[in-house]
Amino acid sequence: MATFSDTGLLLLITLIKIAVVVFVMLTAIAYLTWLERKVVAHIQSRWGPYLVGYSGLLQPLADGAKFILKEDIVPLEVDTIVYWLAPFLALTLAFLSIAVIPFGESFTIHGRTISFQITDLNVGLLFVFAVTSLGVYSVALAGWSSNSKYPLLGGLRSSAQMISYELSLGLAVVGVLMMAGTLSLRGIVESQSGFWHIAGVNTFLPHWNIFVQPVGFLVYFTAAVADTNRVPFDLPEGESELVGGYHTEYSSMKFAMFFMSEYANMITVSCLATILFFGGWHGPVFGPYVLRVLLPVFWFCLKLFCFLFFYIWMRGTLPRFRYDQLMAFGWKFLLPLGLLNVLATSFVVAWISSP
Amino acid sequence: MPVRIGTNLVPLFYIFGALAVVAALSVVAQRMPVHSALSLIVVLCSLAVVYLLLGAEFIAVIQVIVYAGAIMVLFVFVIMLLNAGRETPSHRSRMARWLGAPLVAAFLLEVLLAIWKQFPAGASHAAAAVDAGPAAIGHLLFRNYVLPFEVTSILILVAILGAVVLAKKEF
Amino acid sequence: MVPLSHVLALSVTLFVIGAAGFVVRKNIITVFMCIEIMLNAVNLAFIGFSRYLGNLDGQLFAFFVIVVAAAEAAVGLAIIIALYRNRESLNIEDLDSMKL
Repeated sequence: MATFSDTGLLLLITLIKIAVVVFVMLTAIAYLTWLERKVVAHIQSRWGPYLVGYSGLLQPLADGAKFILKEDIVPLEVDTIVYWLAPFLALTLAFLSIAVIPFGESFTIHGRTISFQITDLNVGLLFVFAVTSLGVYSVALAGWSSNSKYPLLGGLRSSAQMISYELSLGLAVVGVLMMAGTLSLRGIVESQSGFWHIAGVNTFLPHWNIFVQPVGFLVYFTAAVADTNRVPFDLPEGESELVGGYHTEYSSMKFAMFFMSEYANMITVSCLATILFFGGWHGPVFGPYVLRVLLPVFWFCLKLFCFLFFYIWMRGTLPRFRYDQLMAFGWKFLLPLGLLNVLATSFVVAWISSP
Repeated sequence: MPVRIGTNLVPLFYIFGALAVVAALSVVAQRMPVHSALSLIVVLCSLAVVYLLLGAEFIAVIQVIVYAGAIMVLFVFVIMLLNAGRETPSHRSRMARWLGAPLVAAFLLEVLLAIWKQFPAGASHAAAAVDAGPAAIGHLLFRNYVLPFEVTSILILVAILGAVVLAKKEF
Repeated sequence: MVPLSHVLALSVTLFVIGAAGFVVRKNIITVFMCIEIMLNAVNLAFIGFSRYLGNLDGQLFAFFVIVVAAAEAAVGLAIIIALYRNRESLNIEDLDSMKL
């Protein structure tokens, strides 16, 4: 029975959560660019940005100011509605999928339990996939509406790559779903609490899905890197191949939006990898109540940071795939591997749960 | 805590229903096929929200993933590939244009009246909400409807083969 | 709760818009999109009835309609591509003879 004040309070709390999450995401994206430039620079034996602020920490702010103040060049004869829609769509969808990601346990204030998640959908995982599927449009439409050869080719190639690897992404997750039994992200994390027990003996391995789904994790992470158009799968936006790919004809703030949406997608996919395979926010928890509430969030962010660092490390180290190798890899290797993983997991789950 | 559809979400049905109708009119009225395709995506997504409000959470997400996220991508690709530009105006008779819209409106009103008579607003109360999550749909799919399921998988295989053969350049 | 007649009214409106577009439009891809609108209107009717009868069969049917629409869209668009290669036109007024 919801009285008005109850609904109003729920709405207020949700709005506050949304504001906090959006603010943290924007800051995270900005400083992810800093981290990327620094890490790639040190891999290449040079300093990254170091002039603006101590060790270049104000560089993202300078970049943001640059993007806002730059001249906004729009080519002739672009399809205006679609040209303006594409970057906004990219950024909106990139932020939409954060709405179901759980960052930590819940805490209680004045008798109300507030969880570190904007909303916990029954089909939360499918919601993230739905938003990822819609993200293909921003790339394809950006390429087409620019009325230019290289963006069109880059946009079509990039969107074809994204839809191909989305299949493997979905399949890789089915093994995890079979073990967790629920599509709700909070439920999947909660099914990974505790430790693995073999024949009643407590091994001190955490009950994370990575230990029973290694193939699933490899397929998921490879497909995720390809789906976010990152090295080694970033041919559609490599400079030497296609100028800038689908975002060639975009300048200043619209280009910044594409840029931000790429990093936001990276963060989302890494969040999902932590939740699905590495136990989400589970980690050693001790101390007073405030520490007990904040430590899970800290463990989640630590695992997330490891994934993001790995992404950046790959960018600094690996060469890129050629487009036909990329597509062949996705369809002829990763998809069958994902299917085999599903088959093997289902056999094992059926065998274990049979009386 | 799963999503609960309470009574205070009913106005959303009308909002998204109106959005779906406006977007469908836009599909029919736009000159460029790309704009029609984008309007159709809006129709599909608003219908997905309506399905969610009607308690079909799994079908809603499947609609977005499969219909709006894969089928419409196919449409958009083909439109871009074939470089479909503006449509040339037709050379049909003027009388058809003046008679067409009123006749369609009359037909629509007639069917709406038939529905109103058949299902008066006060008399239909919904049955108790059934759990329509993936587990329930899966149970039904693999027990009662396993034959249509297998047949659709063969259908998809045939469609893949047909599409590849039809769209190839050389034989 | 939303009355069943309102759900069906929305479904019928979408269907009539789709049917009108199917008859009026000249570009074959747009005609195809109007067919998809009609299929979605039928899906909405299925799900509406599923809600009001408390039965999940309607949702299963909608699921199969989505799957079949996917297969149909793939084959239909392949046919359109093949037609375009032969006739160089996407206007249905030009696609009116069986001769090559």
